[in-house]
Amino acid sequence: MLIKTVFSGFGGQGVLSMGHTLASAAMLEGKYVTYFPSYGAEVRGGTANCTVSISDEEIASPVASQPDFVVSMNQPSFLRFQSLVQSGGLILVNSSMVNITSVRGDIEVVEIPTSELAEKLGNLKVANMIILGVFIKVSNITPFTLLLKNLPAILGEKRSRLLKINKEALELGFNYLQG
Amino acid sequence: MSGTSTIGEAAIQAGCKYYFGYPITPQNALPEYMAQRLSEVPGGVFLQAESEIAAINMLLGASVAGARAMTSSSSPGISLKQEGISYMAGQELPAVIVNVMRGGPGLGTIYPAQSDYFQSTRGGGHGDYRTVVLAPDSVQELADMTALAFDLADNYRTPVIVLADGVLAQMMEPVRIPSRKRKKLPAKNYILTGAKGRPSRIIHSFTMDPKEQEDHNWKLVRKYKQIEQREVRYESFLLEDAEMVVVAYGTAARIAKGAIKRLRKENLKVGMIRPITLWPFPTKIIQETVKYIHDFFVFEMSAGQMIEDVRLSLEGKGRIHFYGRPGGVIPAPVELYRIISRHYYQSKRKKGR
Repeated sequence: MLIKTVFSGFGGQGVLSMGHTLASAAMLEGKYVTYFPSYGAEVRGGTANCTVSISDEEIASPVASQPDFVVSMNQPSFLRFQSLVQSGGLILVNSSMVNITSVRGDIEVVEIPTSELAEKLGNLKVANMIILGVFIKVSNITPFTLLLKNLPAILGEKRSRLLKINKEALELGFNYLQG
Repeated sequence: MSGTSTIGEAAIQAGCKYYFGYPITPQNALPEYMAQRLSEVPGGVFLQAESEIAAINMLLGASVAGARAMTSSSSPGISLKQEGISYMAGQELPAVIVNVMRGGPGLGTIYPAQSDYFQSTRGGGHGDYRTVVLAPDSVQELADMTALAFDLADNYRTPVIVLADGVLAQMMEPVRIPSRKRKKLPAKNYILTGAKGRPSRIIHSFTMDPKEQEDHNWKLVRKYKQIEQREVRYESFLLEDAEMVVVAYGTAARIAKGAIKRLRKENLKVGMIRPITLWPFPTKIIQETVKYIHDFFVFEMSAGQMIEDVRLSLEGKGRIHFYGRPGGVIPAPVELYRIISRHYYQSKRKKGR
């Protein structure tokens, strides 16, 4: 089993953090995993994406020519990556920012009004963790509990005060589609 | 951990206390890591030099004083460092130099490529010398090879190059940093530490006497022969029943492995030889292999450089196929799979006739 996921959006939307959080959890699960970032020179506002590959055996290339999953946080990345997704694959879209038009018929699209949900939690910056929560639910790629358990290590000491809201965001996302 | 942090941590665990460098993409996260980590190491020094040339000469200075030290850069910056590398080879000074290769001549692209094979394996600077070149293919090997580079450099008193690219440097993978187990290494009886109570020492690469210079150069050659005999490293993969063997290193070898797994699923008997030391090149295994496998497929993320060493090793035997992607394009395993399978069937048809 080899599953490749592309996380994409503007720099500053937490796109790389999403990938890193997933990759670390998969590592703790004992899987082979690679995380490969690609971003512009800008700290905020440029394009950013990263590819996370998770597998039961050695991973050849950390790059995905045809990802199984795409998480898309903005319009340009949605346009770019929806054409790459494998037939039968799934794309998760931040519908607060993406105008979903001309979608391919052979892929599944899940729309999440991520920004609105994040604002309800009181911090727009955790939009990434909300959509990551949804992603873990629909992809079933790694145990959600493991990802939560690893969150303090991801945030580090400096950002430990953000632990609570990030956890809430992940849980909100994970349970979103049931409600 | 990311590739760059891994190199940094492995170096520190290997006892590297001094880092000198000048920024260049795609290896900037390495000096960033060293700046932060070396401040926590007692006596550690991180220095961002005013240029690459200054940085390599600081490395030379640290080495003269007997320290474990490192510099890193990417292709154009490594070109600037060549004078210093040549001096260290001539003066028999250990040093570790990390090159995160870019794609192309001049400024090149920042995207991953393998364009500096010639430069690294042929000495790189002026003069009659070689540098040991280590080519890792994973983040774990970045750690292992960085540690090994320090030991080889000290053991043979010679500069060692760790050759990586943007994929390996930027990528994160699970990794175990090798712990600090010191190999028994020769005592540093050449370093300049102040001559109090002992005769003075001189470290130089120049003499006016041609005979003396010739002796020195032959001494270097004998050392290189010793390295060639002892330090060849490679990985072989599914060679036993193979009818075609891929030769690839670094990131290209990873991609090739992915392609070979697909080929094997369709019963195409393809194996691989992955040189881990590019110099000394694993000539012997290639000569052994051509006795029973005729077709060699060289794959590089360049327009074809290592292919020359494969050709030299084959000494006219067998048949070479080649596929290269220069300039920073990362081909997918499925692309390479298609190309290898075309060559495979063409060779098969030829043999059948």
